[in-house]
Amino acid sequence: MADQLTLDTARAWVEGFAARIHAAADELTALDSAIGDADHGSNMTRGMSAVSAALDGSQTDIGSLLKKVGMTIVSSVGGASGPLYGTFFLRVGTTAGDKTALEPAEFAAALRSGLEGLKARGKATTGEKTMLDALAPALDALDAELSDGGSLSDSLATAATAAAQGRDATVPMVATKGRASYLGERSAGHCDPGATSMALLVDAAATAVSA
Amino acid sequence: MKKLINDPGDVVADALRGIEAAHPRLRVDHGNRVIVRGDAPVTGKVGLVSGGGSGHEPLHGGFVGPGMLDAACAGEMFTSPVPDQIQAATTAVDGGAGVLHIVKNYTGDVMNFEMAAELAAAESGVEVSSVVVDDDVAVQDSLYTAGRRGVGATVLLEKIVGAAADQGRDLAALTALAGAVNARARSMGVALTSCTVPSAGRPTFELPEDEMEVGIGIHGEPGRRRVPLAPAREIASMLVEPILTDLDFTAGDGTIAFVNGLGGTPLIELYVLYAEVAKLLDAAGVAIARSLVGPYITSLDMAGASLTLLSVDDGMLRLWDAPVDTPGLRWGA
Repeated sequence: MADQLTLDTARAWVEGFAARIHAAADELTALDSAIGDADHGSNMTRGMSAVSAALDGSQTDIGSLLKKVGMTIVSSVGGASGPLYGTFFLRVGTTAGDKTALEPAEFAAALRSGLEGLKARGKATTGEKTMLDALAPALDALDAELSDGGSLSDSLATAATAAAQGRDATVPMVATKGRASYLGERSAGHCDPGATSMALLVDAAATAVSA
Repeated sequence: MKKLINDPGDVVADALRGIEAAHPRLRVDHGNRVIVRGDAPVTGKVGLVSGGGSGHEPLHGGFVGPGMLDAACAGEMFTSPVPDQIQAATTAVDGGAGVLHIVKNYTGDVMNFEMAAELAAAESGVEVSSVVVDDDVAVQDSLYTAGRRGVGATVLLEKIVGAAADQGRDLAALTALAGAVNARARSMGVALTSCTVPSAGRPTFELPEDEMEVGIGIHGEPGRRRVPLAPAREIASMLVEPILTDLDFTAGDGTIAFVNGLGGTPLIELYVLYAEVAKLLDAAGVAIARSLVGPYITSLDMAGASLTLLSVDDGMLRLWDAPVDTPGLRWGA
């Protein structure tokens, strides 16, 4: 198969993310009960159900597909994860534009613009026990392997591993953003729910492109 | 879980139908879950929009009406409303003089209101300004937290700024007034029991029969410390002391003292607490100009209370005394 992100694989990425969210809903809520307000699983489930319903095949390029995903998430999720995941997909979609296939470097650049959007919306950086701690190392790994000549599917697989490691690295961190920050030192020892769902997003991309 | 509901997933929608049936002078947009004052938009008046997660009633929907809010957005239980709702509310109340968003300081609320303001400005050209309320002294305001939470001061601010908006003040003046009210208000809460979110079906946290959580948040977020249950006079001291340590309340033209019930504590206990609070404030040289006692910003069925003190000037006092006509707060109307 072509080493690209096509419209079909982009759709499979989003559907794969939705399926992973549905399967992990209880785990996400349990993680959020420990350090947040116990709604990450139910909010993301509601949002991704709305996304699945909104993807009716009328989106004929990657940009309009991902912007539709972003707007749907913004309109249905609420809380902090709605604006954050919504902004991420809106930015990735805007950077992708009206193409029906993205070269590996183009997809990596689009993902990075999504990361920058997340940082701006959340006024956050890495090391604060947030979803950025899964996404940032994943995109660093993706860029590194692509620039070494790796294929998109291999590089995304490496990125998924880096995202999972980044997620696990949030366990000892003390939260300084979001509701978990009210706990201060007591937030240490728990995995961040946002980083957990973000690792699912990267994993879904790797699976979609390698399929 | 024992709750007077139909389906746990329908509580917000069902309650909005009840609000519409009980208060014919309010309009309810069920699609967007927005409660709007029946005569909105009021031409030439700045529109006041607030909103937040549901479960804190009467905040915010119960404070829609003449002299207070023009619209309130009801989010999912304890989850901030989404930008579409806020944008719909903003458009519905824009009488040509701009719209002020009153936002409690929670990460999700702040982000959703920000996105809504950006969308409203881009799509309809409505001028939007916002104030973020952050009065909870239980949270350290530092680089290492999301900042202080918005709690009881929100009620007082919506009343005072609502009265000023009715007098025809412009958006800049109202934004400045809202900032001033927020800067002069401090709150502290205590929980005797957890709340139970209907969709979760079990208490949000475990609190033994003989303990209480001091510094509780209105969503069951943890407080400063867990201590043995104490008499009201000692609880009053645990609420008053951190507030007076944080701000000098002997300076202004008086103080509004607001003892708020968190949903599961009866009014008689709130008055027991108020008596102790009044005694402590008197001893500290704080002059109570006005009081408010009752459940106004709740946390579902949580037992407990919060204390909010607001240091007012004469102008704010006159605005506090001005007529208000909402389901949750009404006098002089």
